Amino acid sequence: MYGALWRVLPGPWPVKLLCSLVLVVAVVAVCFLWLFPAIAPYMPFNGNSVQSGLPFSGSLTSAI
Amino acid sequence: MTRLQWGVRTVGEVLITVGLFLFLFIAWQLWWTDVTANRAQAVTIHALERGFGPAGTPDRGAADPTAILTKVPFGQAFAIMRIPRFGADYARPVLQGTDTDTLTKGIAHYPGTAFPGQVGNFAVAGHRTTYGKPFSDIDLLHSGDIIVVETKSSYFVYAVDHHVVVTPDQVEVIAAVPQHPGVHPKQAWLTMTACHPRFSANQRYVVFAKLVRSIPRADGLPASYMAVPAGMVG
Repeated sequence: MYGALWRVLPGPWPVKLLCSLVLVVAVVAVCFLWLFPAIAPYMPFNGNSVQSGLPFSGSLTSAI
Repeated sequence: MTRLQWGVRTVGEVLITVGLFLFLFIAWQLWWTDVTANRAQAVTIHALERGFGPAGTPDRGAADPTAILTKVPFGQAFAIMRIPRFGADYARPVLQGTDTDTLTKGIAHYPGTAFPGQVGNFAVAGHRTTYGKPFSDIDLLHSGDIIVVETKSSYFVYAVDHHVVVTPDQVEVIAAVPQHPGVHPKQAWLTMTACHPRFSANQRYVVFAKLVRSIPRADGLPASYMAVPAGMVG
C-alpha cells in the first residue's frame, strides 16, 4: 500500500518525500476540519441529553 | 513476493493506518477541540459583553430582570458565567439548549429549567475534558465558592452549597428543587453537571449552588465577589 504509493509519486526521492509530507498534512487537515467534527456526535461519549419540558426524561447531558 | 506475503503486508499496513487514525482522533478530541472552542468561546464572550454594555449601564424597561430571558432562542448565548475558583479571568458563555453542537460552544442551559435568578433550578451542563472544557475543575469547587451569572439586566451571585456524583439517568438533580422532583420551588438554585470521572461519561459530577444576591447591572458587581479564593487552579 505505502510501497505502491511511493512508486506512484513522481521525481527523485527528495521530491517524493516532499509530496508524501504534503499528502500527510492534507490527510490530517481533512480529518481535523471535516471528518472528525462530522463523526464526533456519533461517539458514545458525546450527545444524548434530557428532553426539553417537564418532567425530564432521558439522561443528563453527556459531555466528557 | 508471493501472494500470501503481499496479503500479510497489506493487512499489516491497514491495521497500522487504522491505529494512526484512532490516535489522530484522540489528539483532535482532547487537544484540537480545546484550541478551537477556546477561541470561539472568547469571541462569544466579547460579543456578549458588547451587547450587555459596560457595567453600570442602566437596563431599559426591564421590570422583571429574568423575563426577557425566557424568549432566548435555541442555541443563542444569553449569559456569562464567572467562577473565581477557576481563575480571575474565567468567563464562559451560557447558551440555550443542551444538544451536542451547543455544548461545544460553551455552557449549555437545560431547556425547561429556570433562567438565571429565577426561583427554581437554573441547570446547566458543561464539558469536562474537551471543547474548551469549561467545567474541567468542577470537582475543585468548595462550599461557599462564588459563581456569578451575568446577564443583560443583572449579576446573579450564587454560592456553592454541595455536590453529588450520580449516574446519567438521575435527572432529578435538575428538578426545580434539586433531587426533589415535583416539589414546588421556593429558592433560586443553580445546578452544574459535568461528566465524571475525567475522560469518561459513566457518571455525572453535579454541583448545587444557591442564589445569594441579585445585583442590577446599573449598580455594578462588587469586586469582592470576584476575589480568587485561596488554592485557586487558574
